[in-house]
Amino acid sequence: MEDIPVNMFLGVGAILFVCGVLCMTTKRNAIGILMGVELVLNGANINLVAFSNSNYGLLGIDGQIMSLFVIVLAAAEAAVALAIVLSFYNNHQTVDVDQASELQG
Amino acid sequence: MSSPELYLETGSRLMWLLTAAWLLPLLGFLIEIFGGYWSSRTEKTPAYIAVGCIGTGFLLSVMALFTWVDAAKIDLWAFGESEAAAVTELEPGVAEQANGEHGDHEHGDEGHGDGHSEEHQQDVAHGGHDEAHAPNNPLKTAFAGTFYRLGKFGKLDITLDWYIDGLTVLMFVMVTLIATCIHIFAIGYMSDELTEKYEDHFVHTADGGHFHRVGRFYRFFAYLSLFCFSMLGLVLAGNIFQVFIFWELVGVCSYLLIGFYVERKTASTAANKAFIMNRVGDFGFLIGLMIIWTWFGVFQFAETNPETVGQSGLFQMVRTAEGELVTKGEGNEKLVVLQARQGMHQITDPANQGKPTIPYWLLVVAGLGIFAGCVGKSAQFPLQTWLPDAMEGPTPVSALVHSATMVAAGVYLVGRFYPMFTPEVLLVIAYAGCITLLVGATIAIVATDIKQVLAYSTISQLGYMMLALGVGGWLAGLFHLITHAFFKSLMFLCSGSVIHGCHHEQEMTKMGGLYKKMPITCWTMFIGVVAISGLAIPMSNFSRYGAVALSGYHSKDAIVASAMSFSSLNPLHSLLFFIPLITAGITAFYMFRMWFMTFFGKPKDQHVHDHAHESPRVMTIPLLILAFFAAFVAIGGEKGPLAVLISKTEPAHVGGGLENAGNIGLNFPSHDLIHDFHDDAGLVALLAALIGTLLAYVFYCLKAVDTDAMKNQFQGLHEFLREKWMFDQLYDWMWVKPVHVVSSWAVAFDTYVLNAFLHFLSRMVIGISAWDRKFDEAVVDRIVNVFGETTFSMGRSLRAVQTGKIRQYVTFIALSVVSLFVLLFIFLPR
Repeated sequence: MEDIPVNMFLGVGAILFVCGVLCMTTKRNAIGILMGVELVLNGANINLVAFSNSNYGLLGIDGQIMSLFVIVLAAAEAAVALAIVLSFYNNHQTVDVDQASELQG
Repeated sequence: MSSPELYLETGSRLMWLLTAAWLLPLLGFLIEIFGGYWSSRTEKTPAYIAVGCIGTGFLLSVMALFTWVDAAKIDLWAFGESEAAAVTELEPGVAEQANGEHGDHEHGDEGHGDGHSEEHQQDVAHGGHDEAHAPNNPLKTAFAGTFYRLGKFGKLDITLDWYIDGLTVLMFVMVTLIATCIHIFAIGYMSDELTEKYEDHFVHTADGGHFHRVGRFYRFFAYLSLFCFSMLGLVLAGNIFQVFIFWELVGVCSYLLIGFYVERKTASTAANKAFIMNRVGDFGFLIGLMIIWTWFGVFQFAETNPETVGQSGLFQMVRTAEGELVTKGEGNEKLVVLQARQGMHQITDPANQGKPTIPYWLLVVAGLGIFAGCVGKSAQFPLQTWLPDAMEGPTPVSALVHSATMVAAGVYLVGRFYPMFTPEVLLVIAYAGCITLLVGATIAIVATDIKQVLAYSTISQLGYMMLALGVGGWLAGLFHLITHAFFKSLMFLCSGSVIHGCHHEQEMTKMGGLYKKMPITCWTMFIGVVAISGLAIPMSNFSRYGAVALSGYHSKDAIVASAMSFSSLNPLHSLLFFIPLITAGITAFYMFRMWFMTFFGKPKDQHVHDHAHESPRVMTIPLLILAFFAAFVAIGGEKGPLAVLISKTEPAHVGGGLENAGNIGLNFPSHDLIHDFHDDAGLVALLAALIGTLLAYVFYCLKAVDTDAMKNQFQGLHEFLREKWMFDQLYDWMWVKPVHVVSSWAVAFDTYVLNAFLHFLSRMVIGISAWDRKFDEAVVDRIVNVFGETTFSMGRSLRAVQTGKIRQYVTFIALSVVSLFVLLFIFLPR
């Protein structure tokens, strides 16, 4: 197998990242925003895994371990975020983030 | 006089006697004014103190008189014989030598010049050869000295001095005697003030009733004592400035006494009028004083302190030892050369060999200035209008102040200051006196208030005295002064007795037929009236005792003789003889008119007549005493003791007469000439007086002529005289109205200029402050507000950033991170 240039991996990771950001900024639904967060984190993961390949970087096995940590952290953070959304739903009966403008100036 | 010790002793004894007599009333004043205020109002003690002080003063003055007569060895009855023998001579050389020791009796505390004894040795030689006439050395016929130096301001030396000669002693006796009688009279007259509740019928309160107040008995006697002190001080004064001090003091006392009934508007106005008119005269007096001080350098009449080497007095400087006025030059440049004693240190004039001079015209002005003061004080034309108004004071005041003493002060000063007057001044004095006597007499004819008649009579008689002094009859003027004092005060006291007896009724038109009710008053008044009219039993000229007559005849006779001899020497001024002659007749007329209207005929007001009563003894005894003097004080006439006493102190230049004197070439009669005219003058004057008396008898006693019809016939003239020659209206138009006009200008200026300016200033301030406020609000506040608003709007704008939209926040975060990384990669070095 020919070496796949590293850019390809980084590209994929970037596309995922951008999609995630786009999702965060444009979704009205709070859960949708959380999905976007996941996409962002996964994109970062792909970057990390890509560089654990000895052809592309010096990270070695650390890259994959870091990616495991990120997954765990993403799960924990998603749990917390869902808790906030649930609490928000309890108070506002909706998960529309446009309705969460009580802190406006 | 045979020794300097006797000279000194006489001098010091006289000084002590007269000083004590002078200062006792002052002590009395102090006791009365303070004691009287703090003690009961119903006690007569103040009166007794006053009478005691002035009575003692009288006794001291009499002692002084005897000392004087004795020491000067006057033979009082020798005047007729030979002048040389009778001239008073304190021995010349002795007098000068004694002067050296005179300084020991000073009460000043000056240092002394070491050379004074040498000065006096020269004086002994100098004074030895002046015996022909009574020489013009006051130290031969007078004593002078200093009491106390009030202050020395450069060359201006103000001291209290004394000057005692025969005139001084005589005036002291006269003033104290009359004052004592009047004090005693006043105990009775003012007795209605001895109460806690005095009702003044002439003052009305707001609710129409009469005004009540406490009695002021003590105050009256305090003022009388102060007045006596002032008058005696004036007479004793040894320099002209001191005369002025006491002049003013006498004026103040007169003011206080005239305005005694302070609450009466008429009385207080009259007091103001008297004082202010006196002040007008004093303005001239001050001018005279200024001229004298500038050119003579001293105020003293005679050398008072031999220790201030060679300081001559006025009388010694202005004339030579024989009484001549030495002049140089002609016309406007005429100078009077002042006779200086050796070593004097006044203004020296190198152009005249070191002898100081004074321009002649200035001497004239000085004399006129001093005379102006006398015009004011002695109520001469044109300042005579205050005296009739001064009758608002109680009658004893009128008797003492406004007939015998204060108004006589002017005449006294003219007599005292005689050597300083030039012939021009004397002529002015004579004419002023002449006009005055006519004005006074004519108004008295129609006056109906008994005190007004006497007031105008006083004005007229003072005019006589001034006339006499002006025409060179020094003796006659002062003789009349003394006799007038007695009979005028007598008549005033009699009128006081009448007023008191008729319960304060003063109008003669309501009196009549009082002779039965008040006999003593009636007949003492008669003596006064006869005296002033100058009646006598003619052709009874005993060689020694003169005509059988009361005192007024002799003095008036002397005046008319002087006037007659003057007009014979100066036919141009014959008016100065005819007017007094005619007025003598008028005098007799109005005096008898007064007497008849008051005491005879049918009572015109029955009510007044019924309640009339004779006065108590405390009031009638002084009347009797004064009547005695009014009758006999001038016994012997020209040759009598009084005339002799006065003549001894005559200034040197009067006796011999003057020819072609002054710039106007007047001739003044000598004693011999006056003597020649004496018989004729006496006859003519007596004739005039008799005609006047007869007319009065016909009109008012026999009632042969209807006086009311006459009044209607001469309506215009009567009104003119009744209005006192329109003088009050004239002065009102001349002085009061212009003052009102000027004051209204001042008011207008004040209102329209000064006030307007002030209002303008205040409006400007208000305008400025309003602008200031606008500025403050518009500019300053706006600046501050701008800051605040800017901050606020900035904050509000920044607030807009917080939209609360999560998606927006996320977008911002994403974009910021991206841009941050981009910037980082651009600017951070590899």
